[in-house]
Amino acid sequence: MQIVLIEVLNGLVYGMLLFMLASGLTLIFSMMGVLNFAHASIYMLGAYLAFTISQFLGFFPALIIAPILCGALGAAIEIWGLRRVHHNGHTAELLFTFGLVFIIQRLVQMTWGMLPMAYRVPPSLDFPLFELYGANFPAYRGFMLLVSAGMLLGTWLLLKKTRIGLIIQAALTHPSMASALGHNVPFVFTTVFAGGCLLAGLAGVIGGNYQTTEPGMADAMGPIVFVVVVFGGLGSLAGCFIASIIIGMIQTFAVVIDYSIADLLRPLGVVLTGDTLLTELLTVPVARIGALLPLVMMVAILLFRPRGLMGTRDA
Amino acid sequence: MKYRWLILALIVVAIALPWCFYDWTHHRQAGFLISMLSQMGMMVILALSYNMLLGQAGLFSLCHATFFGMGGYATIHFLNGAGDGTLPVPMELMPLLAGLSGLGVAILFGSMATKQRATAFAMITLGIGELMATSALMFHHFFGGEGGVTTNRMIDNSLFGLSYASGLQVYYLILAWTVIAAALMYFLTLTPLGRMANATRDNFERAQFIGYDPRMVRFMQFALSGFFAGIGGGLYAITYEIVTYDALASSLSANALLMAYIGGTTVFGGPILGAILITLLQSGVSLLSNSWLVYVGVMFISMVIFAPTGLAGIIKTHGPIRQAGRLRLLVVPYLRLTIPSLGVLLGFVGLVELMSFLTIGAAQGKKLVLFGGPVDVHAALPWAISGICLLVGGVWLRFEAAGFHRVWESLSAEVRR
Repeated sequence: MQIVLIEVLNGLVYGMLLFMLASGLTLIFSMMGVLNFAHASIYMLGAYLAFTISQFLGFFPALIIAPILCGALGAAIEIWGLRRVHHNGHTAELLFTFGLVFIIQRLVQMTWGMLPMAYRVPPSLDFPLFELYGANFPAYRGFMLLVSAGMLLGTWLLLKKTRIGLIIQAALTHPSMASALGHNVPFVFTTVFAGGCLLAGLAGVIGGNYQTTEPGMADAMGPIVFVVVVFGGLGSLAGCFIASIIIGMIQTFAVVIDYSIADLLRPLGVVLTGDTLLTELLTVPVARIGALLPLVMMVAILLFRPRGLMGTRDA
Repeated sequence: MKYRWLILALIVVAIALPWCFYDWTHHRQAGFLISMLSQMGMMVILALSYNMLLGQAGLFSLCHATFFGMGGYATIHFLNGAGDGTLPVPMELMPLLAGLSGLGVAILFGSMATKQRATAFAMITLGIGELMATSALMFHHFFGGEGGVTTNRMIDNSLFGLSYASGLQVYYLILAWTVIAAALMYFLTLTPLGRMANATRDNFERAQFIGYDPRMVRFMQFALSGFFAGIGGGLYAITYEIVTYDALASSLSANALLMAYIGGTTVFGGPILGAILITLLQSGVSLLSNSWLVYVGVMFISMVIFAPTGLAGIIKTHGPIRQAGRLRLLVVPYLRLTIPSLGVLLGFVGLVELMSFLTIGAAQGKKLVLFGGPVDVHAALPWAISGICLLVGGVWLRFEAAGFHRVWESLSAEVRR
C-alpha cells in the first residue's frame, strides 16, 4: 500500500513535468500548426542554463532567468527562422525545427562538454518533506508539484480570463479575422512560440536536477513528449493534461511491477517453456520494458482512436 | 532518358574506382576506399527510398531506418540459416529477401501510419521508430540486445561461384543491387502509382475528387519504400556481418532525411548526390573534427531556408540559362560570391572548432594543430581572427549576394523572352 501512495505522488510529479513540456508543444501546434521538434532541446537548454546561472547567482534567480532566456531564444527562432520558411508550407517548418535539434544538441555538447553536469537540488529544498510508512518524500518534488501547478493555473488564467488570452484564442481559430480587427497576428504567433519555449525552459530548470543534466536528455525526453501530445489528441490542452498524468503514472509504476504476461497466464494453467521469441515476449517483466509502454500505448490509441483522447479532429 | 550518358559514366566510374587506387606493388586493394564506396551504395538506396516518401509523396517520415534495420536483422538470420544449410538461397538473392522483410514491416506499420498525413504522420512515424529502436535493445532473441547479432557471409552458395571473402566482391554485389534498386525506383516514378503519389502530395483533395484514395496511394508508396530500404539493410548486413541497434536508430532515419534533402528532393537523382556527399563528409570530416554534425546541421537549415529544392534543384535552375548559352556570364558573379563565402566558412569553422576543442577536445586530451603548429585555444587571437572573418565575410557576402541576385534576375528574364 505504501508503495502505491508514494508511487502515485512520484507519478504525479513526473506527469506534471511532462505536462509542462507538452502544453507548450500543444499550444504552439494548435496555434501555428507547427510541431516544434526542438522543444525537448529547449528543455535541455533550460537545464544547462539553470546549472550555469545557479553557480553564480543561486537556484532561485536561475528559476526566473533561464526560462526567460529560453523564451527569448524561442522568439528569435520564430522571427528569424520559422517566418522565413512559413511560405514553403508545414513540411518546411517541420524540417526547420528538426534541423534545430541537431544544432542545439551539438552546441550544448560543445559549450558544456559530453559529461553530465553536477546540477543538484538547492540545499534549502534538500530535506524530506514528510514520511509515509517509512518512505521519504523529498521536499524538492513537492516544490516541483507547486511550480507546475502554479504554471498550470497561470496559463489557464492567462488564456481564459485576460484580454491577451482572448486575442490568442481568436488568432488560434480565426487568424484572418483577428488580423482584420487590427490585431498583430504575427506578433501573437511570436508570443505563443516564445511562451511555449519559456515553459519548456522552466520544465528544464526544475527537471534538470530531478533527472540528470546531460547531452542525452533531449533525446530521452523528446519521444515521450510527442507520445503525450498524440495520446491526448493533437491540439487539445485538456487531453494533453490527462495524457501527461496517465503516462507519468505508467512510467513510474512500470518500474516497480515485476510481473510479466506469463505470470498472469499461470493461474489459468498456461505454463510457458522453451526459448523462442514468443516466450521471451511473454515472460519479460514489466519493469524491464517500462520505456516501451508509452510507445505501445501510442500505437494502440492510433489504431483504435486516431484523434487521441480528447482531440476534436484527425490531424 | 536525358541523362543516359551521365548515368553510364557514373556506373563506369563506380566499377573502375577500386582499380584506380589498387596498390600494384603489394597487390592489395584500397580497403578504406572500398568500404567507403560500399557505404555509399547502401546510403544511395536508403536516400532514394526515403525520397519516395519525402520528395515524391510529400510524407515526412521519421522511421525509415526501421525498415533498413529490420532488413539487416532479417538478413543476418537468413545468412545464419543459409550457413546451416536450412535456407538454400544464393548470396545474390539475399538482398531480395531483406527487401521482402522490409516490405512486411512497412505493410504492418504503414497500415497505421498512412491513415494520417503531414504533421500527424511525422509524429506517428517518430513513435514507431522509437518503438522499434527501444525494442531492439530489450529483446534478445531476434535483435541480440546491445551486442547485436552476427553472422558469417561465406555461405558457399552463389549463382556465380563467388565466395564473397573479399570486400571487393561484396562491393560489386552492392553496386549491382544499387543500380537495380535505383532503376526500379526510377521506373516506379513513371507508373500511375508514382504519378498519383505526386498528385496526393500537391493536392490530396483534388486527387480524391478524381476518384483515387489518397490513403491507399500513401500506403503503397510507404510499403514500397520500405521494400527498397530493406534491400539497403540487407547489403549492410552482408558487408559488416553484424547488425546492431545503430542500424534502426533514429539517427539513421535522420541521416536518410539529411541526404535526401541536401541532395534535392525535387529531382530523382538528388538523393544520390546527397548520399555521396554526406558519406564523403562523414568519412572525411569526421576523422578531422568532432563537430561534423554541426556543419551538416547548419548546412541542412540553410538549405531549408534558402534553397528548399536542394543541390540538384539549384543545378536544375541553371538549365534554361545553359540552353541559351549564357552560362559563362555567370562565371564572374560566382567567383565574386566565392571569396566572401570562403571568409564566412573559415570564420564559422574556426569558431566551432575552437569551441569544441575548449570542451570536448580538452576532455579527450586532444590539441588543435593548424598550419603545422599548435594553436592555443585559450588565447584571444584565434578567436578574434575567426570572428572577424565571419563578420566581414558575412557583410561582404550580403552585398555580393544582392549583386548576384540582380545579374541572375536579368539573365533569367532574358532567357524567358
